[in-house]
Amino acid sequence: MNVLFKIFRFDPRQDEHPYFQEYSYETEDSKSVLEALMEIRNVQDCSLSFRYSCREAICGSCAMVINGNFDLACRMELESLDSSLIVIEPLPNLEIQKDLVVDMDPFWEALSKIEPYLHSEGDVPDKGHRIDDKDIDKIFQYVNCILCGCCFSACPVVSRRESYLGPAALAKLYRFVKDPRDKRPFRNWSRVNTEGGAWGCHTIFKCNEVCPKDVRPADGIEALRRKLVAGKIKGLFKFKR
Amino acid sequence: MLSHDILIVGGGLAGLSAALSSDPALSVAVISKVHPLRSHSVAAQGGINAALGNNPDGKDDSWERHAFDTIKGSDYLADQDSVELMCREAIPTIYELEHMGVPFSRFPGGVIAQRPFGGAGFPRTCYAADRTGLVILHTLYEQSIRQNIHYYNEWLVTRLVVKDGRCLGVVVYNLENAEFIPVRAKAVVFATGGYGRVYMKTTNGFINHGSGIGVAYRAGVPLKDLEFVQFHPTSLYRKNILITEGARGEGGYLVNNKGRRFMEDYAPNSMELSPRDIVARSIQMEIDKGYGFDNQYVHLDLRHLGAAKIKKRLPGIREICINFAGLDPIDTPIPIQPAQHYSMGGIDVEKDCASPVEGFYAAGECACVSVHGANRLGGNSLLETVVFGKIAGKSASEYVKGASSAEGAEKELLDVALNFKKRVETWRKRETGEKFYILMNRLKILMNEKVGLFRNKDELTQCLETIQELREGYDHVYISGPCLRFSQELVNIIEYESMLDLAEVITLGALNREETRGSHYRLDFEKRNDVEWLKHTLITWKEKKPEISYKDVNISKYEPVERKY
Repeated sequence: MNVLFKIFRFDPRQDEHPYFQEYSYETEDSKSVLEALMEIRNVQDCSLSFRYSCREAICGSCAMVINGNFDLACRMELESLDSSLIVIEPLPNLEIQKDLVVDMDPFWEALSKIEPYLHSEGDVPDKGHRIDDKDIDKIFQYVNCILCGCCFSACPVVSRRESYLGPAALAKLYRFVKDPRDKRPFRNWSRVNTEGGAWGCHTIFKCNEVCPKDVRPADGIEALRRKLVAGKIKGLFKFKR
Repeated sequence: MLSHDILIVGGGLAGLSAALSSDPALSVAVISKVHPLRSHSVAAQGGINAALGNNPDGKDDSWERHAFDTIKGSDYLADQDSVELMCREAIPTIYELEHMGVPFSRFPGGVIAQRPFGGAGFPRTCYAADRTGLVILHTLYEQSIRQNIHYYNEWLVTRLVVKDGRCLGVVVYNLENAEFIPVRAKAVVFATGGYGRVYMKTTNGFINHGSGIGVAYRAGVPLKDLEFVQFHPTSLYRKNILITEGARGEGGYLVNNKGRRFMEDYAPNSMELSPRDIVARSIQMEIDKGYGFDNQYVHLDLRHLGAAKIKKRLPGIREICINFAGLDPIDTPIPIQPAQHYSMGGIDVEKDCASPVEGFYAAGECACVSVHGANRLGGNSLLETVVFGKIAGKSASEYVKGASSAEGAEKELLDVALNFKKRVETWRKRETGEKFYILMNRLKILMNEKVGLFRNKDELTQCLETIQELREGYDHVYISGPCLRFSQELVNIIEYESMLDLAEVITLGALNREETRGSHYRLDFEKRNDVEWLKHTLITWKEKKPEISYKDVNISKYEPVERKY
């Protein structure tokens, strides 16, 4: 199998402009995009930079844009792309640090804004919490998120509005709000009742489309909205009484 | 100079546990060569052991029984006092993790679910479907945000600086800025994980070169029992991605090309749920006898579990099979073969995680307490990381509070950093020479062929000779890329030296140990020999070569008997 790779290159400390570099790549075995990139780096050009770690689609390091599609390079087999030209670009909407390595800080900062940890109350209960397996099932969809950043990078609202928390952070918030152990007060998490929060989503569902783990973050955002509305109505009712 | 009270190296489960348990009044930071959530702990699947007794078949379980299973599983090489500590702590640790937010799967009644695992007398492995490592690491990372733990991500530790038996800090390669800088610390905790990639076939991620263990070794810290290498029975054929023991825990069968559950020939009582060393060897023997497929693999058959159970309990395995092998285990058996998985050995530490070097601690896979001895039981590695990570953080905190500041530390650190920088310059100045990946691949193939599941004197001796040749190659290694920012070439060149050291220590330990115990199977010494070999191997880098010594095993309760399953 012979493929032409066109790979985005840019070192902001040296290059004036980004450019695409071409590498011809030949393989007899079935290889993932990540394996091919590593071989290109080793054999042809050791200056090529990209992130990787687990190679089994669980660590979230190697998210990039492959022939126009957001995905993890490790789980994308060359054959499945069915193309003799493979164009590789870094995740958009994040600053390029070098080549395919982008600065993920805005993504982590958005996440930290929702207080992404369980707000459990009191001491560790003797023999643990009692939780119905159905309740665990309800959050498991969101727990599967590996924080690869595909959804954040692909979201058209993130690209336009800097204050928007983005799909992963909001879905993570829903994961906690829905967790029976989480006791964060409504007035605390309802801070996302804004255009920078849950109402920022334009329901374009790009996040659901690009998520390599089928988390469907937009489901979480919609559910958050319903909970926000319900919480406000409940609050009004209490106020009137 | 950048300075902290406690520096934790590694952002996986052991590192984050250490960070969270360190005294918050101290200045604590975590250095990691990748973002913490990219650490290999996320890839752990099947679960974490604790004798909660939640399973209807496990009502009579106790931490003592857990300890006995672990000791028997270790082929009696584990230190029994350390094992007891781990198994006793397991129970409160699980509840603590749950209280931090870990979404464990549940049994009716809402208690934490537990599944059977290999070598365990009772079903005691707690799990979150088959993504247990992912959910625990994410939970600890979340708690670290709450506690404002400081991270230095994408910093590779290249040197541990020790003077007069005392740890002074580390030297790092900062990938983003291509800097080589010293970081001073009163105490350093290594939680750097395993070295799986020293082998060609491994379940470990691409980053698991084991350089942390190598860096400690070069600083004069002894390595313990490195010849004990765990080969996981079930890695996905071709990619060698882990297929959890939980698949057999949920009832999966191992089947040869005759359609037989061949484990009945090897371990008729515990069958597929025998300890990993036994199952891995059995699979390899079936393949070698011609009962495999393409002489490469056997089948792990889950079809009889049914679609609903596979989707509920093993969704990650199904996803891996679909993504990486193009098959659905609901309809098709999974082709599997043994592959390197875990290191029982590691940096020599006591049960308080302290090494012989003052102020230097280690926890998790990079360390050897020892709780796994010659063979680790499934579900005990996650447990070890959280229990001993926590102990390491506490021990380091206690030490720092009583420690005086070391004289001349800054000068020593600067000198080591400068020397390291000069070394990088030497690699950079060379215009031709050896490329790292060619050398590295030779080493990986060598280790796979000569120091695998079955070992003998001739092959181990040959292996040591070839390692010397590869060392000569390393003297001619060069950096071909023009830029040192985010240079994985440089990371690999640096780590390759550790890989050579570890390969040598593994092989040397294996050559000297003339017996068969747990994962260490010598075709020329097929019996366990407690009279001569019931002892830990220690290998220390002295005068530019490895020096071997031995240390007693703590046998407090259970006298070694023959291991049968």
